[in-house]
Amino acid sequence: MIEVIIRVLGVVVAFLTLPLLVGQTEHKVMAHMQGRLGPMYAGAFHGWAQLIADGVKFVQKEDISPADADRPVFRIAPVIALLPYLVALLFIPLGPGDWLVGQPIDIGLFVVLAVVGVGVVAVLMAAWSSANKYSLLGGLRAAAQLLGYELPFVLAAASVAMAAGTLSLPGIVAAWRPWWLLWQLPAMVVFFVAGLAEIRRPPFDMPIADSELVFGYMTEYTGLRFAFFLLAEYAGIVVISALTVVLFLGGWKGPFDGQVGWLWTLVKTFAVSFVVIWVRVAYPRLREDQLQRLCWLVLVPVSLGQLVLTAAVRVLA
Amino acid sequence: MEGIPGSGLAKGLAVTAKTMAHRAHTRQYPDVEPDLPPRSRGVIALFEENCTVCMLCARECPDWCIYIDSHKEEVVVPGAARPRQRNVLDRFAIDFSLCMYCGICIEACPFDALYWSPEFEYAEYDIRDLLHEKDRLREWMWTVPPPPAHDPMGEPAKEETTAARKAAR
Repeated sequence: MIEVIIRVLGVVVAFLTLPLLVGQTEHKVMAHMQGRLGPMYAGAFHGWAQLIADGVKFVQKEDISPADADRPVFRIAPVIALLPYLVALLFIPLGPGDWLVGQPIDIGLFVVLAVVGVGVVAVLMAAWSSANKYSLLGGLRAAAQLLGYELPFVLAAASVAMAAGTLSLPGIVAAWRPWWLLWQLPAMVVFFVAGLAEIRRPPFDMPIADSELVFGYMTEYTGLRFAFFLLAEYAGIVVISALTVVLFLGGWKGPFDGQVGWLWTLVKTFAVSFVVIWVRVAYPRLREDQLQRLCWLVLVPVSLGQLVLTAAVRVLA
Repeated sequence: MEGIPGSGLAKGLAVTAKTMAHRAHTRQYPDVEPDLPPRSRGVIALFEENCTVCMLCARECPDWCIYIDSHKEEVVVPGAARPRQRNVLDRFAIDFSLCMYCGICIEACPFDALYWSPEFEYAEYDIRDLLHEKDRLREWMWTVPPPPAHDPMGEPAKEETTAARKAAR
């Protein structure tokens, strides 16, 4: 019983700190990439407490549900957006052994992919219950995008699972060898790009598209519920980065991984998160048709080709 | 370079990375005073002692934001046939909510009674408080910087050349 409490507590702490760290990094990195300074006041030293201040501000705001909104659905949607990432974090291993993972299970990859896919339900709930045409447009775009990108996302993950011969996330890391970086490179790229689209990060933020859809499915949200959606986005970055690291970048493997393996996982996760932020700053948003074209004409064929390659190497080697 | 597919994507990443490696140009204004260029136009100062109430500034002002009131006083000069008349300034006010900082009043003043000051932090909560009366305008005078030195490579002023020519003759 105590063991369960400790594990859950650890995951919750990670869930509350890592997204904030990524969010703060995004503030500062994006600012400097644009020749600005970013937050400088909150917390007195280079605005380190900016997100805490934001949180306090969001809590103080009025919690509004539109008159025509479907209230229960409208109010529960942000929670459903946030929860999958919390659950997914439960199964991502920091290091080898049973103690550096929230809950070690044999089909970790399957569960994580299934749970992350729940995000689309939250988006559709938020969009449809808002009684706002912009929300609905954003939600339908999100649905089209998430359903499309789910396919290359899962296929790329399937490739590495096939290569490792297991669905267990620690098992995949254990089976990982450095030359997989080359062998699974297409799958990694596909997984990363599809992951970006899954969490609706720019350049795949067509469902939010603030210049044309106000703020997509989040238009009608205020206060804490809006903050939940934002937190879900950053938690999504953490989960997608951590998954990329565990599946394709060798997780805790690195020099001295006997002692500081968990540190390697964290460092790699933050490196991938940095790339997520970098890509956001560098690229413009994809148009809706370009988005679907990239998914169906590039990512799906590439991931299918990778699958064939993986199978061939597995059978021949 | 142009022909390679994906080179544009790489260039985009390179630009942002390069910008991140450089220092930001942001000036932390309320914490750090800005270093303003010479002859900055912040506020107009009145050197009251020089003013003769000739009203040229008020007439030239394009948006009529200078208000001047005055009266005449007789000054008895010993030995003179009759007393002289002198203008005494009662009110001199500039409404900075109307002023467009063209500086025509300063150019027009024949007695050097108006000056540019670089001070700019006189925002108010009430627009009526932007009407600066003459004592406030006089206070700005203390913030007027000495005129910048002449450009060493520039040609000398017309007055200087004529004076030199006269002296040579």
